[in-house]
Amino acid sequence: MKTESGEMRGITTILDHKFDTTGVLGYSDGRGRAFPAWATIPSAKVLAMGRQWHLFFAWLLVINGLFFTAYALISRHATRDLAPTSKDLRGIGKVVKDHIVLRHPTGEEAKRYNVLQKLAYVVILFVVAPLIILMGLTMSPPIDTAFPWLLTIFGGRQAARTIHFIACFTFVGFIVVHAVEVILTGYFNNIRSMVTGWFVVKPEHEGASHEA
Amino acid sequence: MKHERAMERRQFLKGTLGVASLVALAGCDNLTQSSWFPSILNKAEKLTERVQRAVTPPNALAKEYGDADISKVFPSNGNTDPGTEDYAANVAKNFSEWTVEVGGLVQTPMSWSLAALKELPSRTQITRHDCVEGWSAIGKWTGVPLGDLMRKVQPLPNAKFAVFHCADVDEEGVPYYERMALVDCYHPQTIMAYELNGTPLDIPHGAPIRLRFERQLGYKQAKYVVMIELVETLSGIAGGKGGYWEDDQGYEWYAGI
Repeated sequence: MKTESGEMRGITTILDHKFDTTGVLGYSDGRGRAFPAWATIPSAKVLAMGRQWHLFFAWLLVINGLFFTAYALISRHATRDLAPTSKDLRGIGKVVKDHIVLRHPTGEEAKRYNVLQKLAYVVILFVVAPLIILMGLTMSPPIDTAFPWLLTIFGGRQAARTIHFIACFTFVGFIVVHAVEVILTGYFNNIRSMVTGWFVVKPEHEGASHEA
Repeated sequence: MKHERAMERRQFLKGTLGVASLVALAGCDNLTQSSWFPSILNKAEKLTERVQRAVTPPNALAKEYGDADISKVFPSNGNTDPGTEDYAANVAKNFSEWTVEVGGLVQTPMSWSLAALKELPSRTQITRHDCVEGWSAIGKWTGVPLGDLMRKVQPLPNAKFAVFHCADVDEEGVPYYERMALVDCYHPQTIMAYELNGTPLDIPHGAPIRLRFERQLGYKQAKYVVMIELVETLSGIAGGKGGYWEDDQGYEWYAGI
């Protein structure tokens, strides 16, 4: 929007509250645009190219997601490693405290997902990811004709857009926290274990000195 | 000593990876501008079309709404006035001489005046228009089912697409056109509309006649239609990508999401 002095400002309105978000949302790099150039692909405001990136990688997410889900169920990875046990849930208070002071499990404990990890993974994999895909599909006119119930349960195309965005930022938040934890708990060990399954547990005393 | 060297190497690698992830996002712009990468991204369009056509029954109807759902303001986008002398002359004559020609790969090419089209059986539908920019609007459209016109001209077996030639040109004089798969022309909700919300189309919304193709995005809904030409392939017309926005901006020809 334009102020009385003729200066352009970016204003974000959330539930009737106006926030000045110039430089980030609404107005940045000398022009009106929703998100700043550093956060968009491509950096220039080109809807068609943005859509091509989006829809290509959406397929990657869908195909990858289908393979992962099938694997997680067949190999029992989902039930064995991801689903929190009742013992896990009872110990949640201690794990939350440990996370706040950045105290990470060592020894055998480090080989398993802790309860917060499990909950985060389950929510992202089985709630947020399916939701983000379903919301995207609800915005598609042909898919709406094939599955009109999508519109009914999610409250229409614009509601789907809103949920799509909320799910998107939940994803981004998860990735940031996830990446920070990966770095904090031993970058190379973690990356190697993700790729090869080989995870090295440090002897107790070294782990202890690490925490000090 | 050995330990120290390992530490140095670790620090170096950490730094490199950190920089690499920043460069990765900037690198996306280089990829976008390369000649090969967008053609890989493009492959998604064909997959989207195949899968969507496989899961969508050919005659499944887009949701139709009630009178209470009609949007108070139905935005107009793209060209909002063809702006040519020819068109202005038609406006002055209240489109009394406007004709829509259907030709190309058909057995009997035909041409209808606006008045003749309005005498054919019509269909009225209250549907949601979905813009590629993200907004949607609900409007009540009245027009002739395109399938009825197709049955009159009888497409030849090799006709695969219908090209909509329009009266509007952009600032550089490039005429607007759109193309849809012939199979979609027969969808019951695909109509050549001449009324929006009970009144004849106004100029911004495509007067006097436009396409309503409810199962794709807004940029496919050609306005100011003067001719429908049936063809066999996607190449050979203008930029060859099947539509003005497809040629100009790189929007997908199959506008299904």
